[in-house]
Amino acid sequence: MLWFHNTRLIDPEAGTDKIGTLLLRDGVIAERDGPRPGGADAIDAQGKCLAPGIVDLGVQVGEPGAQHKESLRTAGLAAAAGGVTTIIMRPDTTPAIDTPEVLEYVTRRAKARTPVNIRATAALTRGREGREMAEIGLLLDAGAVAFGDGARVLRDTKVLGRAMTYANGLGALIVGHPQDAGLSHGACATSGKFASLKGLPAVSPMAERMGLDRDIGLVEMTGARYHADQITCARALPPLERAKNNGFDVTAGVSIHHVTLNEFDVGDYRTFFKLTPPLRSEDDRRAVVEALRTGLIDIICSMHTPQDEESKRLPFEEAAPGAVGLETLLPAAMRLHHSEGLSLSAIWRALALNPARRLGLEAGRLSIGAPADLVLFDPDAPFVLNRFTLRSKSKNTPFDEARMQGRVLATYVGGVQVYPEPGDA
Amino acid sequence: MTFTQTHLLGIEPLHPAEITTILDLAEEYVELNRSAEKHADVLAGMTQINMFFEASTRTQASFELAGKRLGADVMSMAMGQSSLKKGETLIDTALTLNAMHPDLLVARHGSSGAVNLLAEKVNCAVLNAGDGRHEHPTQALLDALTIRRKKGRLHRLVIAICGDIAHSRVARSNLLLLGKMENRVRLVGPPTLMPAQVGAFGVEVCDDMRAGLEGADVVMMLRLQRERMDGGFVPSEREYFQRFGLDAEKLAYAKEDAIVMHPGPMNRGIEIDGAIADDINRSVIQEQVEMGVAVRMACMDLLAQNLRKARERKRLREAGNG
Repeated sequence: MLWFHNTRLIDPEAGTDKIGTLLLRDGVIAERDGPRPGGADAIDAQGKCLAPGIVDLGVQVGEPGAQHKESLRTAGLAAAAGGVTTIIMRPDTTPAIDTPEVLEYVTRRAKARTPVNIRATAALTRGREGREMAEIGLLLDAGAVAFGDGARVLRDTKVLGRAMTYANGLGALIVGHPQDAGLSHGACATSGKFASLKGLPAVSPMAERMGLDRDIGLVEMTGARYHADQITCARALPPLERAKNNGFDVTAGVSIHHVTLNEFDVGDYRTFFKLTPPLRSEDDRRAVVEALRTGLIDIICSMHTPQDEESKRLPFEEAAPGAVGLETLLPAAMRLHHSEGLSLSAIWRALALNPARRLGLEAGRLSIGAPADLVLFDPDAPFVLNRFTLRSKSKNTPFDEARMQGRVLATYVGGVQVYPEPGDA
Repeated sequence: MTFTQTHLLGIEPLHPAEITTILDLAEEYVELNRSAEKHADVLAGMTQINMFFEASTRTQASFELAGKRLGADVMSMAMGQSSLKKGETLIDTALTLNAMHPDLLVARHGSSGAVNLLAEKVNCAVLNAGDGRHEHPTQALLDALTIRRKKGRLHRLVIAICGDIAHSRVARSNLLLLGKMENRVRLVGPPTLMPAQVGAFGVEVCDDMRAGLEGADVVMMLRLQRERMDGGFVPSEREYFQRFGLDAEKLAYAKEDAIVMHPGPMNRGIEIDGAIADDINRSVIQEQVEMGVAVRMACMDLLAQNLRKARERKRLREAGNG
C-alpha cells in the first residue's frame, strides 16, 4: 500500500489539478483525498504532480529483428524513466507482428523483460506488404489493440477498404498513416523556402491531407473505426474536423516532435531531425498545437523510432528517419504547458486518457479502481539533455543538448515503483 | 582583405566583402594564368585531394589544374570505383583520407549536405565542388567574376537565370550570390522546374522566356538533364526548345549588349541554339571556363592562408600550455 500526500493530482478525466492524497492498494487506485490508512507507506510528494502514466501509442521496438537498435528490455527501461507506463508497439518489427504467433512471442518476452505494460498494434496486412489482410480476428483474440501497417502507406485502396470492412465486423481499430504515397515518394523535407534553400527533395503538406481524405472516404464507405497516427499540418485539420462533426468514428494523433519542433530545426542537415513525416513549417506546428488545445487532435505520442549511429551518420537524404522519444516525451510535452499555455490536465488527456480510451484500456485515469499506473513529476525542474544518459539503446534524439523543463521523479506500474529502480541514484 | 571562412561549403555563409575578396584575388590569378610562367608556390608543401563521388570532367580538371599551378601535391580519386562501392560509408572514406593529412579536400557528392557532413569529420579545409541540388559555390564565383569583367560591375544588373532551377545547385548558388551583391535576379523556366516558394528568396519568377529576358544584362542558361525531358517534368525536347531554348529571337528581348552564359556541358538545340553559344560577341562560355581556374586558385589560396593561421594559433597555444 502506498499513500501519496501533499501532491498535485492531475486528473485528465475530471480536468482538474488539485492538491490531494491518493491511495494505491492491490495494484489499483483505492481511494482519493482520504486519510492515511494504517500500514500504508506514506510518500510526501512535496507539492509535485502525480498523474496517470503515459500510454504511448506508436512505439517502435527493435525486437524482434533489430535488437541492436532497441530491445524490449531497453525500451521498457526507457519508458519507465520517461513516465510511460504502457507502450503500444508498432507492428514494424522484423518479422512484422502479423500473426498471433509473433504477437504471442513479443508479449511473452515483454512480460519477462520490461517493467511497464506492453501491448501491440498488429499489422493490417501480411508482412505489411499491403496485399493480403492479416488474421485480424486471431490477432484480436491474441491481444492486439489495433491494426495498421506503420508508416508504410497501404497504396491499394481496394485492399484497405476490404480490410476496413472486415475489421469493422470485429470492432477492431484501424491505425492509418495518412500520406499520399506517390507525392511523398523520395521526399525528406517539407516543401517550402527551407527545403528549397537546402536543396532537399520535398513533399507538400497537401500529401498528408490527400491521404487523410482518402482514408476518411473509406471510413465513410465501410463504417470502420479509424485513428490517424500523425496529423502534422494545417491543411489536414479541416477534413478531420468535418469527419468528426459528421459523426464518423475517427480520431487523430501527433508526435511530440511535430508540436515542439519545426523544419528550421534541421539546420545544417542534422539527421536526428529527419522524421516521417518530415518536420513542418512553424505555421503548421502552431495550427496543430491549436488543434490539440481544442481537442480536434486527440493523442500525443512519442513515435519512438530508434536508429543506430550508422543509420544516421549519412547525408540527409540517405539517413534513416525517426527519433527516439520515450524518455523525452514528458519533458518535451511540458513545453506545451510552459510555452503554449496548455493545462496539465489537457496535456494528460492527450498523453494518457485519450489513447487508453481509444484502445479500450483501463489505464489513463486517476479514478477509483483504475490501475495504479502513475507518474510523479516536477513540471518545472530545468535540465539540459545529454543524449548519452538515455536508457534507450539508440541515442537519436533531436533534443540533445536542448534546455528542457519538466522531469520524471518516479514511475509506478500496478502500484509498484519501476523508476527509479532500487539502487538507482 | 576580409576572408574568415575555414571551408567553402556554399555561398550562403559568405559575406559580400568576402565575395569581393575572392574575386579581387582571382583577378590576379587570371593574369598569372595568362603569363608564360603560370606558376605560384602559395600551396607548396600542401596536399590537395579531389573526391568526386559524381562524374565530372571539367570541374575536376579545373580544381586539379588550380592546385597544381599553386604548387600543391594534387591527388584525384575517382570515387566511382572506390571502396564506397564495396559498402564503405562516406564518413569512413573521409576518415581514411583524413588520416593521410590532406590540407585541402575538394568534394562533389550527389546528396545535398553531404559535403557539409564531410567537413564536420575532417580537419582540413573542405571545398564544395557541388552537393546534390544544394550548392556549387565556385561555379557561382566564377560566373560572378565573368560578369564583373564583362559588365564592369557586379551590382544593379538584371540577370535572368533560365531553365531547370529546381534541380540545379548552380542556380541556387548563383541566386544567393547575385542577391547578396544587390542585383535583380529573375528565374525563368516551366513551373515544374521551379523550387517551392522560390519567390521568398527575393527573386522574380517568370514562366515566359520573352518576358523574363526583357531588359536583361546577363542571360544565364542552365543545363537540362535529359532524363527530365521525357514527359516527367517537360513534355518533350522540342517543346522545351520552342518555349525555353535560347535562340536569336528570344535573346533580342534582352539588352543589346547582354552576355550569354552557360555552366556547361551544353545541350545544343535543347536549352541553347548552337549559333548563340558560338557567337563570340554574346557568348562568354569559354571565358567562364578560364575564370573557373582563377577563382578556384583564389579560393584555395585564401583557405590555405586561414588554415596556416589556425595551425599557427594552435601551435602557439600548445607551446604556451607546455
